[in-house]
Amino acid sequence: MTQYEGITRRGMLGLVGAAAATVPLDSGAAGAQAASGEVTVRMTVNGSATSLTVDPRVTLLDALRERLQLTGTKKGCDRGQCGACTVHVDGRRVVSCLTLLATLDGASVTTIEGLADGDRLHPLQQAFIEHDGFQCGFCTPGQIMSAAAVIAEGGARTDAEIREQMSGNICRCSAYPGILAAIRQARTEMR
Amino acid sequence: MTKPAEVTRSTTGGIGESPLRPDGALKVRGEFAYSSDLWHEDMVWGVTLRSPHPHARIRSVDLTEALRVPGVHAVLTHQDVPGTNRYGLEHADQPVLAVDLVRYHGEPVALVAADHPETARRAMKRIKVDYEVLTPVSDAEHAVHGDGPRLHRDGNVVRHVPIRRGDQNATAPVVVHGVYEVGMQDQAFLGPESGLAVPAEDGGVDLFVATQWLHVDQRQICYALGLPADKVRLTLAGVGGAFGGREDLSIQVHACLLARHTGKPVKMVYNREESFYGHVHRHPAKLYYEHGATEDGRLVYVRSRIYLDGGAYASSTPAVVANAATLGFGPYNVDNVTMDCWGVYTNNPPCGAMRGFGAVQAGFAYESQMDKLAAALGMDPVEVRVRNAMSEGSTMPTGQVLDSAAPVAELLRLVRDRPMPAERGELDLRAMPGGVSNTTHGEGVVRGVGYAVGVKNICFSEGFDDYSTARLRLEVLGGEPAATIHTAAAEVGQGLVTIEQQIVRTELGIQQVTVHPADTTVGNGGSTSASRQTYVTGGAVKAACEAVREKLLKLAVTRFGEPRANLTPAEIVSVLGTEVIEETVEWRHRPTTALDPETGQGFAHVQYGFAAHRAVVDVDVELGLVKVVELACAQDVGKALNPQAVVGQIHGGSVQGLGLAVMEEIQVTEGKVRNPSFTDYLIPTILDTPPMPVDVLELADPHAPYGLRGVGEPPTISSTPAVVAAIRAATGLALTRVPVRPEHLTLEEPR
Repeated sequence: MTQYEGITRRGMLGLVGAAAATVPLDSGAAGAQAASGEVTVRMTVNGSATSLTVDPRVTLLDALRERLQLTGTKKGCDRGQCGACTVHVDGRRVVSCLTLLATLDGASVTTIEGLADGDRLHPLQQAFIEHDGFQCGFCTPGQIMSAAAVIAEGGARTDAEIREQMSGNICRCSAYPGILAAIRQARTEMR
Repeated sequence: MTKPAEVTRSTTGGIGESPLRPDGALKVRGEFAYSSDLWHEDMVWGVTLRSPHPHARIRSVDLTEALRVPGVHAVLTHQDVPGTNRYGLEHADQPVLAVDLVRYHGEPVALVAADHPETARRAMKRIKVDYEVLTPVSDAEHAVHGDGPRLHRDGNVVRHVPIRRGDQNATAPVVVHGVYEVGMQDQAFLGPESGLAVPAEDGGVDLFVATQWLHVDQRQICYALGLPADKVRLTLAGVGGAFGGREDLSIQVHACLLARHTGKPVKMVYNREESFYGHVHRHPAKLYYEHGATEDGRLVYVRSRIYLDGGAYASSTPAVVANAATLGFGPYNVDNVTMDCWGVYTNNPPCGAMRGFGAVQAGFAYESQMDKLAAALGMDPVEVRVRNAMSEGSTMPTGQVLDSAAPVAELLRLVRDRPMPAERGELDLRAMPGGVSNTTHGEGVVRGVGYAVGVKNICFSEGFDDYSTARLRLEVLGGEPAATIHTAAAEVGQGLVTIEQQIVRTELGIQQVTVHPADTTVGNGGSTSASRQTYVTGGAVKAACEAVREKLLKLAVTRFGEPRANLTPAEIVSVLGTEVIEETVEWRHRPTTALDPETGQGFAHVQYGFAAHRAVVDVDVELGLVKVVELACAQDVGKALNPQAVVGQIHGGSVQGLGLAVMEEIQVTEGKVRNPSFTDYLIPTILDTPPMPVDVLELADPHAPYGLRGVGEPPTISSTPAVVAAIRAATGLALTRVPVRPEHLTLEEPR
């Protein structure tokens, strides 16, 4: 099957590691306005302290994908309509395409790449595989991040609740019955 | 840059089991590389300038201002296309970049490459195109019979398929007429069109792209670029859904053109709005039907005229027309049939493949007619269907005899005899039409039940040389026998990679199976469409296993001094030692034949798939809101190679049919697309998706590998008419158009 070597899909042929060096690390005060009109944002991403200096119009989604090489968060519509870009900011789910990075100084961001405990998959990740909760898988990072926050908030208690609370995450393959079953299973394991 | 890698996941599981997907862990970790995730440190970004008009003459294009934007690497027009500025799946009738005429809203006119996507878009807006706006041809029926302009050299008819069988003047005591319309549905895959083209030192180009058919892309790119096949190499990148919408080209030629002009890797990614312009849609249709029956409900004749709006370019319209015509009477025995089906050029967005492919449009119409007939006869709608149901040995309207299982009546009985879902209990707004908008507490809500059955051809038809290629390598790795399977067949989410592993495990009796990335260094795998990959590429993988096993058993004779029928993994290790066996096999299904151009007779389809649905809906008849309560399906799959994946396909097809029934439509006015976003083009969410119990029959087709029958499309045919039948049952309205919208329910007069 088609897949891309290693975890760093941006690992350049013969230039692995160059990508990390392109992330400007700022030494100035958090949230400081840089001379160019850019802003510097200090935050935690998947447990690591991160500092980015960006144009204030840059979304969290573009910063994750294009600056931090975290492409697990998907751009399905870039308009907050599909849910594929769902991540956690301070434990709450947000659509990262409608979240400006400049608003996140001091925040803690968790993406799909930060969910597993090393080699051990998060219960939701495992349950999505076991219950065929996806086909193409493009919506899956958003579905899983959404479900993780819903369960953590004490939701997803019934099928009706799961349906209501997950209705912002579109799955065009319509693996919804599998998604429902996966959340049901993981809910028990997470509590 | 990104590099394709093999993936082995040592799960067990042969055919008939449901092993975990080999790409599952990558997908749930966010580590699976979709085409939009690809990256090259040296890359530039490409964007497409598209026509804002559905029909216009291009007087001039001025690139001066665009070229002045700092960071721009190239601005290209049709003059920069080095080969032939034409492409197309069946007819090369579509320009890579428009020359002096644009024929649809969104037609590509120019390309820009720049060091940042925003820079590229800014430069794109500075390209000055002087258009002379022309009146668009927007009505398909009029485009065939009217006196409007001819949009292509040979006129406006892409294809006309007639079927004439039996008495063309038959009469019957009970006659029902109907005129039906199907709106333009979109595949709306979530992963946008995207890819990365990398110029190579040999003057060629390497393209990493999400597609359904690598080799047909390669052929079209070579034609447009004027390059031989060995200079255009494609690798399948991760595909975020397809459903037919990736069978035609999107970024393929454009990205390669820009890469060759700039000498740099070029990434192109459509945004959601552009995606609505960037791929073909399901053909909107207008369908005229007349059914004649005896008083006890047996069909005497059916006459039909179907107009499929192909839009500005042909795409796969010819094949869609043949499907709508040959499947246009449904899975019913009827001796006297008359069909005229047209695929037509207009200035609407181009239409081509979408799951169900011509059978969907016809299915809505003929099933609506069967309900109308039942009403005229005072018969139960399931009973009238069962009374006319095809079975093995029945003759299709093409004269083709069904030579494997066709359990139409059984499928209908299965969905009919299921227990009904519970009546509404205590008030739960979420279960109400209108949901938590709190539009009703049950007042004005009426329940309805509807049934439908459908038929879909599996694999390519009409004499097409439909084959796939599999290369299988067997060796000893780490003391274990290990196989690597290599095909060019596209995994688009359906689980083909799992099936390939299952087949190799079953055929060779080994566990470790690696699936090589799909690319063009192996022979054609054919399209991931027509529900054909498990059948055809599955067949090729099975045949490759047989070829490898034959060699292995010959080796075993020398090793053991006597022939063996089967080898254990340990014996395989001992027989192989350090040797490698590699076999490449092309595999074809039995041939089909062309349709007679005057009578539409012929052995056109290799296999038929059948599915039936029962839909239960609640309708707020005052506000016109619908809640589908349950959508039960029964389908014959011949042999479920992976039962879990089979159910997933049935669910997916059912929900896309539900979408067409009540919400999904690209709205086009005078050729202009009005709703290119997920705010305005609605697709079903988990909240719209009801419980979907499924009955799977496994009645083996002796002509197919393992007896299997293609699964993906048949449920898409019957889902839509079943939902609409249920809404009719609740409301008493005629409802001749899908999607059914609130105004149809509140403003239409009862029939």
